[in-house]
Amino acid sequence: MGRYLLRRLLIAIPSLVGISMVLFAVLALAPGDPFGDLALSPDIPPEVRETLRIKFGLDDPLPIRYLRWFVAMLHGDWGFSFASRIDVSRLILERVPTTLLVIGSSQVLALLIALPVGVFAAARPYSLFDQIASAFAFIGFSLPTFFTGLLFILLFSIELHWLPFVYRTDIGGTGWEWYWAHIRQAIMPVAVLGLFQGAAWTRYVRSAVLDVIRLDFVTTARAKGLPERVVIIRHVVRNALIPVVTLVALQMPAVFGGAIITEQIFRVPGIGSLLISSILANDTPVVMAVTFVFACLVILFNLLADLIYGWLDPRITYR
Amino acid sequence: MAVSVGTAGASRHDFVGADAMDEKALRGLVARVKAGRMSRRAFVRKMVGLGLTAPLAWQMLAHSGVARAATAPDYKPTKRGGGGALKVLWWQAPTLLNPHFAVGTKDQEAARIFYEPMAAWDPEGNLVPVLAAELPDLEKGTLARDGKSVTWKIKPDVKWHDGAPLTADDLVFTWEYATDPKTAAVTVGTYKGTTVEKVDALTVKVHFENPTPFWANPFVGQRGNIIPKHLFADYKGDKSRDAPANLKPVGTGPYRFVSFTPGDLVRGELNPDYHVPNQPYFDTIEMKGGGDAVSAARAVLQTGEYDYAWNMQVEDEILKRLEASGKGRVHIAPGGDIEHLQLNTTDPWTEVDGERASIKTKHPLLSDPAVREALAQLVDRESVQKFIYGRTGVASGDFLNNPPRYKSKSPKAEFNIEKANAVLDAAGWKRGADGIRAKDDKRLKFVFQTSINAPRQKTQAVIKQACQKAGIEIELKSVTAAVFFSSDVANTDTYTKFYCDLQMYNTTMPWPDPQPFMDQFVSWEVADKTNKWQGRNVTRWTSDECDKAYRDAMVELDPVKRAAHFIRMNDLVCAAHNVVPIVNRPKVQGIGNSLRCMVTSWDNDLSHLASWYRET
Repeated sequence: MGRYLLRRLLIAIPSLVGISMVLFAVLALAPGDPFGDLALSPDIPPEVRETLRIKFGLDDPLPIRYLRWFVAMLHGDWGFSFASRIDVSRLILERVPTTLLVIGSSQVLALLIALPVGVFAAARPYSLFDQIASAFAFIGFSLPTFFTGLLFILLFSIELHWLPFVYRTDIGGTGWEWYWAHIRQAIMPVAVLGLFQGAAWTRYVRSAVLDVIRLDFVTTARAKGLPERVVIIRHVVRNALIPVVTLVALQMPAVFGGAIITEQIFRVPGIGSLLISSILANDTPVVMAVTFVFACLVILFNLLADLIYGWLDPRITYR
Repeated sequence: MAVSVGTAGASRHDFVGADAMDEKALRGLVARVKAGRMSRRAFVRKMVGLGLTAPLAWQMLAHSGVARAATAPDYKPTKRGGGGALKVLWWQAPTLLNPHFAVGTKDQEAARIFYEPMAAWDPEGNLVPVLAAELPDLEKGTLARDGKSVTWKIKPDVKWHDGAPLTADDLVFTWEYATDPKTAAVTVGTYKGTTVEKVDALTVKVHFENPTPFWANPFVGQRGNIIPKHLFADYKGDKSRDAPANLKPVGTGPYRFVSFTPGDLVRGELNPDYHVPNQPYFDTIEMKGGGDAVSAARAVLQTGEYDYAWNMQVEDEILKRLEASGKGRVHIAPGGDIEHLQLNTTDPWTEVDGERASIKTKHPLLSDPAVREALAQLVDRESVQKFIYGRTGVASGDFLNNPPRYKSKSPKAEFNIEKANAVLDAAGWKRGADGIRAKDDKRLKFVFQTSINAPRQKTQAVIKQACQKAGIEIELKSVTAAVFFSSDVANTDTYTKFYCDLQMYNTTMPWPDPQPFMDQFVSWEVADKTNKWQGRNVTRWTSDECDKAYRDAMVELDPVKRAAHFIRMNDLVCAAHNVVPIVNRPKVQGIGNSLRCMVTSWDNDLSHLASWYRET
């Protein structure tokens, strides 16, 4: 097990270096200039742009820029934002709590919906409940989040005046009032993301459970006279979870990456909105940092998923 | 002279003559006002009666040394504070708070909550003193008669948010900071060719290299914010990015800094030591950034969650629907921005010396004045306003529209398909079998580009349809805004390269003075390879007459004669039909019903923030 982990971690290093090279090259080749806006202003002489480009080392050859970034990254320095003129790490850290809160709770919501609904639907396939669940699941993952988001705003904010649609991080007040204000503004973005994810996962859980529920060992468990609850939870769900774990684990990095569109619609100051505004502003150090951290998380959670397999299914061993 | 401004049209050459003739009478009137035999108001009324605009008349008085009452915004609260929270929404989020690094307006606006200039521009394009004790004036000698210097007197007892007094040293330092090339400040252009000298503790003198009629630029308006020497002195030049005050601004403004999350939120609280009595009204201010323009409009006009929304780039029809909810109103601040069609003077399809659209070439079709005239008559700007822009775009045949003192009164090409057809027939462009006109094997076919933006695509369609009726074929092309407006030298689709026959976009006029705006038609600003297509003259249209008018305006100190030069430039440009103005686009803001605020398009939205209040 230990050796396996070590080997996997060592393999991850060259992949991460490769990923960073590709990312860096793509960003460098992409059109656009972080100081392009300056050219639109009649009173800003072109020299200002030149000075800024030299100051931020944008005119150096690509390999040198990459090496500089790589060495800085090894020291834990994520770079310096062109647009905000502050450290990238500060920009990202400022947004981590909101992202984890909103996107994290939406994933929890998705799991809370997908697991029971999927299992219950598979336990009684083609029953009325299964039909309804399937119908809603199809509607859920067919509707894109930008559509449901706007729909929610129209219904709950404009028509009913129940919920605010501008997410604020500076809510005043203390105690319950403060919590309630936070919950109120998070309801819509969390629901939009959670329902979408939940609908997709429900289908996966259902089919995974269906695959397992007909197997002989389940029949045996039932024949032993075990109560149905125990059969489902201990024998069926545990075995059916393996593909689901992969899906969920691979989805976890997205919690960090944020949800670009939903964050934009509700003005949630998460990492997704940071990423999109940085891309629009050609703020390469921020884009680079966010995408690279994202790549690291994907690799990490892949590894984690492999480890969880072993716990769920002892037949899987690591060498 | 006044008459000539009013009716100058057909015979432009009479202009100077008429000028001299009426000038005497006018000077007489000004003298009467000075002697107190005529009220200033009566003078202005008389001038307006002669076809002159009020701001121009005021400026004439000011120039002749008759002080005018500064425009004071209507402000009712009788004590400072007590107004609760002011919540404003910017759909582009501010990313930094140092006004000298502020690239976009979003950053300028956020910095303007805390910092102030000596004077700001009001909605009519007039100056209003902010940190200045009074405006520079010819009569008082604070404005040099040769146009080479201006003296600013600082209001006494103004304090920075940390309690330190504002002095002439701060102004001199601001100038040093901005002009140090190593600081890489975006305001360096504002102070170009100036030196700032300290006269006494509360007076500075700005010297200009050349006579400068537009002296109200350094220390004024959006790029004129003054920063405290005691906090930035150690961070001038190379170290500019390390200054703690870049993220924690300390200014003189009506609100003090509380917190800032780049790309999301700026918060401020009432400044108890603000230099204007009873101001500001609100206890706190919160500027939320991000999202999109439509939902920002919603939050102000429909749900009332916010008090103010910046730059409502939303179709007027949607704005009207949202306004119907009764929570807020749309405010239109007239400005100089002009959405216009450009006709390439050069050949965009032939490469000469490594660049297309080279100034050395001539456009094979558009070099024919008849074709240009016909195209100018095929732009149905009335319909574009009526059906596309509504209140957010006023049809105009002039390139220079505002402030009103610079608006030409001469008639411009009108939409008329029959006339366009007649012009083309007369010039020998005959319709072929496919209905498209041709002459000497050259078909009238143009590629017409613009950025991707719904109103622009609709306008393109309107023009294309009219052109079809006149036997001109138009191929439409739309380019992503991020590419079209980029300054990327490698990209061939940028508007400054203009590798296309026709193109359309909006040119902004950030100052009420046309000098930094009309430079788009001078020969030394032509965009080409040598200046990496950063020249301001994108149409590449040049004329000696236009160059001369601009050069004259650059040194003309009499505001009336100067206005005449710019009006003449506008008329020359429009008569050549290489530029066809379409709609004049004002600044559009969403304002909550109870909020009272003065907003101008000649300065930041928040330039008069101190006087904002809520009517209860």
